[in-house]
Amino acid sequence: MEKEAAQLIAAAIAIGLGAVGPGIGLGMIGKGALESIGRNPEASGKIQSNMILMAAFTEGIAIFALVIALILKFV
Amino acid sequence: MHISISAEPIFHIGSFPFTNSMLAAWLVFGILSILAYFATKRMEQVPKGIQNIFEYIIEALFNLTNGIMKDRKLTKKIFPLIATFFIFILLNNWMGLIPGFGSIGFHETNAEGKNVLVPLLRAGTADLNTTIALAVVTVITVQILGITAIGIRKYAGKFINFSSPVNFFVGIIELVSEVSRIISYSFRLFGNVFAGEVLLAVMSTLVPYVIPLPFYIMEIFVGAVQALVFTMLSIVFMSMATVAHSESH
Repeated sequence: MEKEAAQLIAAAIAIGLGAVGPGIGLGMIGKGALESIGRNPEASGKIQSNMILMAAFTEGIAIFALVIALILKFV
Repeated sequence: MHISISAEPIFHIGSFPFTNSMLAAWLVFGILSILAYFATKRMEQVPKGIQNIFEYIIEALFNLTNGIMKDRKLTKKIFPLIATFFIFILLNNWMGLIPGFGSIGFHETNAEGKNVLVPLLRAGTADLNTTIALAVVTVITVQILGITAIGIRKYAGKFINFSSPVNFFVGIIELVSEVSRIISYSFRLFGNVFAGEVLLAVMSTLVPYVIPLPFYIMEIFVGAVQALVFTMLSIVFMSMATVAHSESH
């Protein structure tokens, strides 16, 4: 296999597999937040801000995978 | 289709390259300055028009900051920086979505001998240099706030702790996470904005009509969320740094 082809496949696998975990995590965060808002609608403001924060942390892992993919593709 | 991960220089000042994302960032800076000038030119007790909009934004941001910090004095201290972050990032993210950004430019032969389009404008936050600068400012501010709030001895005690082996390792991990925050911070913003631009470019190439529209709406949403996330994380880290380690348990 040529070096460039291997790099392209590696980048695709990196971001593809790297998005699986955070995707599951984000779904679980959304589920938890929505369930608790449903139980206690008054606390929705507090839950929402915490949910966005946790989502940002979870997303960070996908961002690291994206960084690897970008480095493989462009550098 | 040509996608460049770094911002392209459009002209040089001496040996200093002036890139297209810098131009866009300065444009945002200019627009904000002009708007702020007109908003505060004739201040009235009962706000009207542009002053009303600005007061609404400032009030909402202040309530958000105060809700997390829970300390009005500290909130007043960090609020100018936080509000600037939010407004600057939000405007930069949304500016990149204006048609003409990334599509109007001039042709140039690059290092590989290919003829590529160099866009005249590129969203400021779609350049890693901008986001790293913002992240470094945040992290340094967090350190300064921590030292001024709880004293240098207590603050250093968070990272260098010889009371037990476990505490020692926790301190080391804390120190590493403080540094890696710059990376995760800057790449989160850059990755989201850049990935959005690539997504829009790819979609417009595949199906030029109608199909890119929902993605456009999503990118407007993502731009707002990322600006909010960046500011919220800054507030949370700042409020965390102002609490001594023993008190937080």
